[in-house]
Amino acid sequence: MTDRAQPVFVARGVTKVYRSGEVEVHALRGVDATLYEGELAVILGPSGGGKSTLLNILGGLDSPTAGHVRFRDHQLSGATERELTRFRRDHVGFVFQFYNLIPSLTARENVALVTEISADPMAPEEALAMVDLDHRLDHFPAQLSGGEQQRVAIARAIAKRPEVLLCDEPTGALDSKTGIKVLEALTAVNEQLGTTTAIITHNVEIRRIAHRVLHVADGVIARLEVNPTRVKASEISW
Amino acid sequence: MRTLDRKLWRDLSRLWSQALAIALVQACGVATLVLAVGSFQSLLETRTAYYERYRFAEVFAQATRAPQQLTAQIGAIAGVATVEARIVQPVLLDIAGMREPATGQVLSLPDHRQPVLNRLFMRQGRTPQPGRSDEVIVNESFAQAHGFQLGARFSAIMNGSKRELQIVGIALSPEFVYALGPGDLVPDARRFGLIWMSESALAGLYDLEGAFNDLSLRLLRGANQTAVIEQLDQLIAPYGGAGAHARDEHPSHAFLDSELEQLRAMSRVIPPIFLLVSAFLVNIVLSRLVALEREQIGLLKAVGYGRWEVTSHYLKLIAMIALLGVLIGAAVGTWLGQGLTRLYADFFHFPFLLFQRDPLVYLLAVGVSLLAAFAGGAGALASVLNLPPAVAMRPPAPPIYRRWISGRLAAVRALSQLTIMGFRHLLRWPLRSFLTALGASFAVALLVLAIFSFDSIDYMIEVSFDRAERQDATLHFFQEAPPAAAQALAQLPGVLQLEPARTMAARLRHGHRSRLIAIQGRPAGADLGRLLDLDHQPLRLPETGLAISEHVAKLLALRRGDLVQVEFLEGQRRVVETPVTEVFQSYFGLVVAMDQAALDQLAGGGPRIDSARVLIDDAQLDALYQRIKNLPVIGTVALQRLAVAQFRATIRENIAMSVAIYVSFSVIIAFGIVYNSARIQLSLHGRELASLRVLGFQVGEVARVLMTELGLIVLLAQPLGWLLGYGFAWGMLKGFESDLYRIPLVVAPSTFAIASIVVLSASAVSALIVLRRLGRLDLIAVLKTRE
Repeated sequence: MTDRAQPVFVARGVTKVYRSGEVEVHALRGVDATLYEGELAVILGPSGGGKSTLLNILGGLDSPTAGHVRFRDHQLSGATERELTRFRRDHVGFVFQFYNLIPSLTARENVALVTEISADPMAPEEALAMVDLDHRLDHFPAQLSGGEQQRVAIARAIAKRPEVLLCDEPTGALDSKTGIKVLEALTAVNEQLGTTTAIITHNVEIRRIAHRVLHVADGVIARLEVNPTRVKASEISW
Repeated sequence: MRTLDRKLWRDLSRLWSQALAIALVQACGVATLVLAVGSFQSLLETRTAYYERYRFAEVFAQATRAPQQLTAQIGAIAGVATVEARIVQPVLLDIAGMREPATGQVLSLPDHRQPVLNRLFMRQGRTPQPGRSDEVIVNESFAQAHGFQLGARFSAIMNGSKRELQIVGIALSPEFVYALGPGDLVPDARRFGLIWMSESALAGLYDLEGAFNDLSLRLLRGANQTAVIEQLDQLIAPYGGAGAHARDEHPSHAFLDSELEQLRAMSRVIPPIFLLVSAFLVNIVLSRLVALEREQIGLLKAVGYGRWEVTSHYLKLIAMIALLGVLIGAAVGTWLGQGLTRLYADFFHFPFLLFQRDPLVYLLAVGVSLLAAFAGGAGALASVLNLPPAVAMRPPAPPIYRRWISGRLAAVRALSQLTIMGFRHLLRWPLRSFLTALGASFAVALLVLAIFSFDSIDYMIEVSFDRAERQDATLHFFQEAPPAAAQALAQLPGVLQLEPARTMAARLRHGHRSRLIAIQGRPAGADLGRLLDLDHQPLRLPETGLAISEHVAKLLALRRGDLVQVEFLEGQRRVVETPVTEVFQSYFGLVVAMDQAALDQLAGGGPRIDSARVLIDDAQLDALYQRIKNLPVIGTVALQRLAVAQFRATIRENIAMSVAIYVSFSVIIAFGIVYNSARIQLSLHGRELASLRVLGFQVGEVARVLMTELGLIVLLAQPLGWLLGYGFAWGMLKGFESDLYRIPLVVAPSTFAIASIVVLSASAVSALIVLRRLGRLDLIAVLKTRE
């Protein structure tokens, strides 16, 4: 990705404080971050560093305690619940560590769940084909392996042709070989559809497939790293 | 179908057993509602239509002998629409093949025209020919009880002579929907018959040509009933008028009213119990479902479903359960309602039956069921609505257990860790545990409510007939007689003991309150017709003044020592004042008693008697019956022992059906509560329990954790249920209290025991069904996946 690309997300001075009982947890302490059009960014850092909080705020799942977040020309900080729902529905695809498939729906139906409420979705079958699952359309999650379930989740995320794909530890629950298959699916989507993609991970190896790496620790962006030598997902291992 | 709706169907089919358990509880509520409201409306409509079509009168009066011309004056009273004058006389019947004497009432039918009021519905045959004193119409149930066809004959003692009567017609009358014989507690068609005869013939038999002794009136719309009754009383007073009364004091009408009142009470008390329990079940099941589907809810919101869309998904789920309940309940309720209404039609005697199936009742059922389900699910729905997606995706914090039960206590240390786990689960969610126990206690309460009537009615009968009115029969003279007449009765075969009595119609007034009540004169030291004090101990009748029953005291706001104005409606028709000297206990009717000598003195006209209580030697019963059937001085006979037996049989029959229904309902509640609670505990603690299994505990040992919790809840439900049941029973009896009868609240220990045994058994069975699942816990899977 080049510096000339348009910023998609701009976060400035984002702070998030959780209160649990009498304890205040500062999950984010004034984060400045930008994600650019079409890039594949990896957000790297240890557990509890604030990665997920940042991703949740970017994805409109959570609101910052202070600071500003903008998605293109939408102001996300201070948006209402209804506006955030609209934003997620129209622009964002999510992939989670534990897949979060609906157990009572088949692979195809899990994808249809999202395409039904999208303006210009692809067919569920098409989305599943992109992640190489066109032969498992009518299987329930319990009948799929972990890697297959995660690929259904990716198909579900991309089926509505989102502008951004936010992935929270997508390989966290998978073994290395299956994890790589999932990463291949993600990079393929990024390249073929040009979807801006952010992947949260604590797995250092994965940074090698990114255009840029944001190192998050203790609630701040500790370091930004541009990756001049991207490799294919199939070339990494852990 | 939308994908989300597909999830709904799959969730429902996965949760089918729990959903069905809830739906069945709802169905019970709906069924009772539909049953009670439907039967109430059917009975009311049928009665109204019957009254209208057959012109049932609104005001009634009796006299000894009034001239026909008086009817013109009565018709001229402002507000009176129609007047019907007739002759009504009590008769003693002698029926071939029947051991004991029966009694009847003979009523006149106008010659050459239909009666304008209280018209007969002719089932068979024709009206008697004018002037024929041997042709009669009888009421249908009487004919059925004796197998009488048209043309059948029986004998009656009329004005002192025995006559043979032939049945030419069989009919029903709006006046005798509930036909109660003298001294009877429930109708006994075998021992009490209604006989209609040509007016001119009857007048001839009783020397009442050109006269009448019974009046029925219908009023104009908006007429002042009280004013009409007052003027009517004035007009008929010189002719032995014994006080006119309106429909609400008409025995048949009053009994129908009390039946309708019971249905109304049932429709108000029972359905809310079920709806409450179902709301609670929806609450625990939906809360657990939402907890389990926390991440799915988060996901749906994350991918862009609005909070209301997600909430309405769960709303639909409980609506489906509620609607299933309505469907089952409406079907069962309609079916039971038809059965009950048909039962009514048999028990009461209606010529036709109007089944009312008011769509509003069903709408109401849908409304209240949905409301109960939504109210029960409100908490869980609110959490669906408000669950932020980012929070939903994280696993919930583990519950915090307190050391309610300290491990330092020696007693606790003696318990196994498994039992302590059960205790801690129970105490971790004290409100839910309490509500579960409360829900199960409704099952116990409902059973107590179903069975206690046997105890209370047995007690009422024992007090009323073994301790108070101890006679075997009461013989009524055809006319008042001098005290010496009792001697003749004492000579009858088999009469062991005899107590003469006198009853005088009177109007009692206290302040602005007044009531038509018969004053019973009893001999001093009466041993058969005794009065009981409020603790049910025999009471000596005061030498002067009135002894009144507790219920009369309440009606007229009287206490011992108060002065009452007594207006005698027969004899010299004196108006006097006398004090209340005693208040006693009585469960039937309105009873006012007085020392016979004192009554004679107060009423004037010298000592008279009109009836006698007798104790009979069973060995000579047949001889006695035979003599009575041929004794011209006897007007009617009340056979108390038979009346009580008939009462018990009728009550048992009537209660048996409701007991069967209540038992099934309470089993459904117990099952619904225990099954759902057990399923939820299994779901909540599945991981812990599987871990125990992995550690090497047997299924039986792991079951102890669940059983401790469930067992304690169900045990707690027992005393709670007894208390609630006692309260419900009290409320129900309060609602049934009427001038006709008051049932004392008595609940035998065996009733509580039976209720508990049924509920404990139902609970045990439902718990066992769930415990079978313990053996199927997937140990590996449970430990591998995250909570």
